[in-house]
Amino acid sequence: MSYFARDRSWHPPALFPAYKTSVKRSPQAAPVAMPQTMSELTAPVFGHAMIGALDNDLIRNFSPTGEDALGPRIIVYGRVADEAGRPVPGALIEVWQANAGGRYRHAKEGYVAPLDPNFGGCGRTITDEEGRYEFRTVQPGPYPWPNGPNDWRPAHIHFSLLGRAFAQRLITQMYFEGDPMIWRCPIVASVPSREAVETLIAAYDPLATIPMDARAYRFDITLRGRRQTMFEGRP
Amino acid sequence: MRGASYAKETPSQTAGPYVHIGCVPNFCGIGGVYAEDLGASMLRAGARGERITIRGAVLDGFGAALKDALVEIWQADAAGLYNSPEETRGAADPNFTGFGRKAGDYTTGEWVFETIRPGATPFPDGRMQAPHVTFWIVARGVNLGLHTRMYFPEDQAALKADPVLSRLEHQSRAATLIAARTGPAEYRFDIRLQGAEETVFFDC
Repeated sequence: MSYFARDRSWHPPALFPAYKTSVKRSPQAAPVAMPQTMSELTAPVFGHAMIGALDNDLIRNFSPTGEDALGPRIIVYGRVADEAGRPVPGALIEVWQANAGGRYRHAKEGYVAPLDPNFGGCGRTITDEEGRYEFRTVQPGPYPWPNGPNDWRPAHIHFSLLGRAFAQRLITQMYFEGDPMIWRCPIVASVPSREAVETLIAAYDPLATIPMDARAYRFDITLRGRRQTMFEGRP
Repeated sequence: MRGASYAKETPSQTAGPYVHIGCVPNFCGIGGVYAEDLGASMLRAGARGERITIRGAVLDGFGAALKDALVEIWQADAAGLYNSPEETRGAADPNFTGFGRKAGDYTTGEWVFETIRPGATPFPDGRMQAPHVTFWIVARGVNLGLHTRMYFPEDQAALKADPVLSRLEHQSRAATLIAARTGPAEYRFDIRLQGAEETVFFDC
């Protein structure tokens, strides 16, 4: 049993000069191919017991007073499956994001937009037996960042995924359908094809929207799939 | 293309400078959401094996330490077993998780793992690999998480026979994967993203 080779031409290249920080942080030698061993075929798996009741509710999980965070209320939900279409149950999803004004709660962040005292910006959950997950949060704002003289990030939520194998480890970002900033962003542009970028854009889902409460966005995630034949490894 | 019946893996995007918020919120001052940062401690009392310390930094093409990197490690226990449901060879030490996660210090970029020396694990063909720790590195400017390994300098015979190290085309680069011993049970492993001593990263 092993995981399908990663299609590196589908992912951003290490060096993407329009994203300036990548210039001095991109390995220049090609990565060395090696077979997967137990080190790559295993991963830590965390039980649902680790997850607190508010861990996937960014509107409430930081608030010291119990008041809700400010901003457009949204549900982000979806399914984690592998490349072969099998659901990935038990996957740990960690998310982080700016607040509705585009400000991160971080010592190194200096954007003029104010912090929200009721918003921390982190959440986590574990996928269920069918690979499903959901979060409640506020829609993050776009914000300027020091790259070009006037670059802005589209609204986005960062996603970290830990599946069944360390070979599946992945960090990515989710964008919002219809945002014109997506197609102007150098970090988005590091993804080589429009087809691949489109898989990072969550679709507005009017049916899952909770009336008079929160809109819904659907973001399905695909982790590496695995080959599983009885002949594999047979000399 | 693998064929129409397969989905493509979700493309990677950089973890960015604020990865701490999501992955180590207590480290960056967001307290009260999770009791403890995931991977902050790898062992409980009773963990079997030799306790060791691994410290290091991730260095950019100028040789400067990254101040915003997040480093994860994953390794076998002292007996060479992984604490994972995918482990089929036996039960790993319940007092050792095998998983560590640390952010570089905001000022120095340095990270420190308190762990145990891993046992040897097999290669798919049955040969034994030298004991190693898997590293995964993300940071601002890193577009796809970087996968590498750390080996131990005193395992000379096992290093010479290691099936992964021996497949490196440039054998001089194997040295980039071997930690320096800095004291009793203390190791230093710096990860260089560029330059003549660029660390070997793996595609697997």
